[in-house]
Amino acid sequence: MLAVLDYGIGNLRSAQKALERVGADARLVTTAAEARGAAGVVLPGVGAFGACMAALRRSGLDQAAYAAVEAGTPFLGICVGMQLLYEGSEEDPEASGLGILAGRVQRLPDTVKRPQMQWNRLELRRPDDPLVADLGPDPWVYFVHSYVAPPSPGLVAVCDYGGPQAAVVAAPKLWATQFHPEKSGPVGLALLANFVRIAYPA
Amino acid sequence: MQSVRVIPCLDVDAGRVVKGVRFTGLREAGDPAVLAAEYDAQGADEVVFLDITASSDGRDTMVDAVRRTAEQVFIPLTVGGGIRGVDDARRMLRAGADKVGVNTAAVQRPQLVSEIAGEFGAQCVVVAIDARRRAGTGEPRFEVYTHGGRRASGVDAVEWAARVEALGAGEILLTSMDRDGTRDGYDLELTGAVVSACRLPVVASGGVGNLDHLVEGARHGADAVLAASIFHFGEHTVAEAKERLSGAGFPVRPPAAYPPVGPERSAS
Repeated sequence: MLAVLDYGIGNLRSAQKALERVGADARLVTTAAEARGAAGVVLPGVGAFGACMAALRRSGLDQAAYAAVEAGTPFLGICVGMQLLYEGSEEDPEASGLGILAGRVQRLPDTVKRPQMQWNRLELRRPDDPLVADLGPDPWVYFVHSYVAPPSPGLVAVCDYGGPQAAVVAAPKLWATQFHPEKSGPVGLALLANFVRIAYPA
Repeated sequence: MQSVRVIPCLDVDAGRVVKGVRFTGLREAGDPAVLAAEYDAQGADEVVFLDITASSDGRDTMVDAVRRTAEQVFIPLTVGGGIRGVDDARRMLRAGADKVGVNTAAVQRPQLVSEIAGEFGAQCVVVAIDARRRAGTGEPRFEVYTHGGRRASGVDAVEWAARVEALGAGEILLTSMDRDGTRDGYDLELTGAVVSACRLPVVASGGVGNLDHLVEGARHGADAVLAASIFHFGEHTVAEAKERLSGAGFPVRPPAAYPPVGPERSAS
């Protein structure tokens, strides 16, 4: 079972349906107990950083995230779910993040429209990472965001939006995408299928 | 890189597509979920459902159509029309819509934009502006119309765009009521005026009769170009639209760059 952490924000149905589409038994879970024993954990997120973080703590699912990361259960953060992994965000400076990844989320540059609400092309920095295997020669994905993770050595892919911006990041047994794979058509489904293969190795 | 999105729009009444969409080979041409899947396969970047349902029973059918669409179409889906409050927005978002469009209710009570943005995030609030030229000489002025374009609101469209940005909107869907249905092309002065007045992404709408009209919209600063009839009547595919935009120098997501994953897309 893949646990999609449902802490009461936005449209999580799409993430669950997209994972089902690529063959996973994906379930929305609302308590840390339900997430226990999952083969993989997905942390989605839309809206503001502070509001998402507060809702995540209120639900107790922050503990599910920590437990999964500690146990080495494959973990995937999506959009604001990626941003929550960091220590904090320029969006809500007083709110602290999960602090699983180092650094603070920053605002997209003033030279570009905010939000970035569009499809953009992925530039793979680490094409050998299993999450981005076989995405085809010209992978475009759908972004909706005004804030972005800081540059780091763990960058798997970037997109060009007022300079290279973090699009996919990886740490041991942990991945996160700034774009929405569940809204990125065939390329997004291929990426989710890769995550399912990571969670259920043959 | 700033790319241009191509967005087909479907008018939906009580869960059925109206304005005669004619695709060959689709048995259920009136089902919004089937048509959305078809446009997805053509490379559409997003699909908009404009809900013109009057009755509340019909509204339930619309929610069901959104749900069925979200189960098989994995690109962004915007639902506009009939969103009167936060609860209506929640229903559509829970059913699987990614964004909701508000028009009349927001003009009547602008705070609604902030309420939906506060609850679900600015990224899901699209303010639909239906604008018409005011009579007079000199600089063109545009007025916001509500109730499906039937009622003048007295609000200036360009000022309204700047105001909804401040209220927390995430995008503007800008329709010229003068051009809607004419096939004469977008009202480019309207597009340009709204693009200059706010920093939000602007979707140009109303009047597209050929592919060059899409290029004109992009040239005047539209972030996305919306059309209905040229796609519905099979005159052009989304892929052709993208080819034309790309040829004119605008980056677009290439259509069908990679084969679908998982069970075959079904038309039923």
